[in-house]
Amino acid sequence: MVGILVVSHSLSAAEGIVQIALEMSGGSGMVKIAGIGGNDTGGLGITAQKILDSLKQILEHSNEVLILPDIGSSILSARNAIELLPPEDASKVIIADAPILEGALMAAIEASLGSDLLKVAASAGEARNLRKTDH
Amino acid sequence: MAFTVEMVRLSLEKLNVLIEEKREYLTDLDSAIGDADHGINMNRGMKHIIEKIRGKEYSDFGGIFRDAAMTIMSAVGGSAGPLFGTFFMKIGQKLIGKSEVSIEELAVAMQDGLDGIMFLGRSGVGDKTMIDAIAPAVEALRENSSDGDSAAWNKAVIAAELGMKGTIPMLSRRGRSSYLGERSIGHQDPGATTSYYLISCFRDASVEG
Repeated sequence: MVGILVVSHSLSAAEGIVQIALEMSGGSGMVKIAGIGGNDTGGLGITAQKILDSLKQILEHSNEVLILPDIGSSILSARNAIELLPPEDASKVIIADAPILEGALMAAIEASLGSDLLKVAASAGEARNLRKTDH
Repeated sequence: MAFTVEMVRLSLEKLNVLIEEKREYLTDLDSAIGDADHGINMNRGMKHIIEKIRGKEYSDFGGIFRDAAMTIMSAVGGSAGPLFGTFFMKIGQKLIGKSEVSIEELAVAMQDGLDGIMFLGRSGVGDKTMIDAIAPAVEALRENSSDGDSAAWNKAVIAAELGMKGTIPMLSRRGRSSYLGERSIGHQDPGATTSYYLISCFRDASVEG
């Protein structure tokens, strides 16, 4: 099953998004969804090392992982963390090109259906097209 | 004369002192167009690097650059962590097993580091980033390596400084400053500024000791 890693500048943001995504994925606990964010001094930001540690942890239970980063350095650090994984694991991780909250939701639902990583990533990407009003 | 592992250590020591001194200035530059954390982040990152490498024996460039890379990646939760981390990591990987290289070889390794930054940031020259200081410096180092190390380093520093100042009129296309659009014009990029300091410190360590 595909695991999901939500990476935000803020730990509260990441945890909130995980909570919503978990609820939407049926709450069966089948899909592993983790959220990380914030730096060691309680400020905003996330390090590549923290993402790397989380990826390794998730890969112990999940075959593949989709990362949902927020903006800027979260994306750079996520790319960086994938590069630091051993090559056999690096191929099991993708960064979603998606808005973080809606993408995490869509990914969680798709993952709960047992879909593979590419399908889960594609679903997350579709979150970009979710309309909120019609004007 | 050549470039040695000991010079890397000395460069990083010098950079740590310089960043500490320029912390407020870097933060000021970053508060104009970024999120005002660059000076603080670099200061923390360099302090951690120095703690890691001070007193440790290194037999090759691979070891010291890898330690610097991994340390800044673990310590800095802004873009500077992964970007400078990648720069150091790629240089180290290119020079693995070596403890002394010519300036020309160093320039080739620095080009690898620069390519790593460009790939990670999906960015190039002219986007108002650290690349605008590092790219001309690496080119100057490579092109002038036959004129002797001092001449090559001096030209690299001048190129980095011009590149840094060249970011002032640029429109930002990467990072938080890119959200400002036209309002990013007229401000010097903090990442390019730190990169100029880095090239200067490498020059000082290599030429003055």
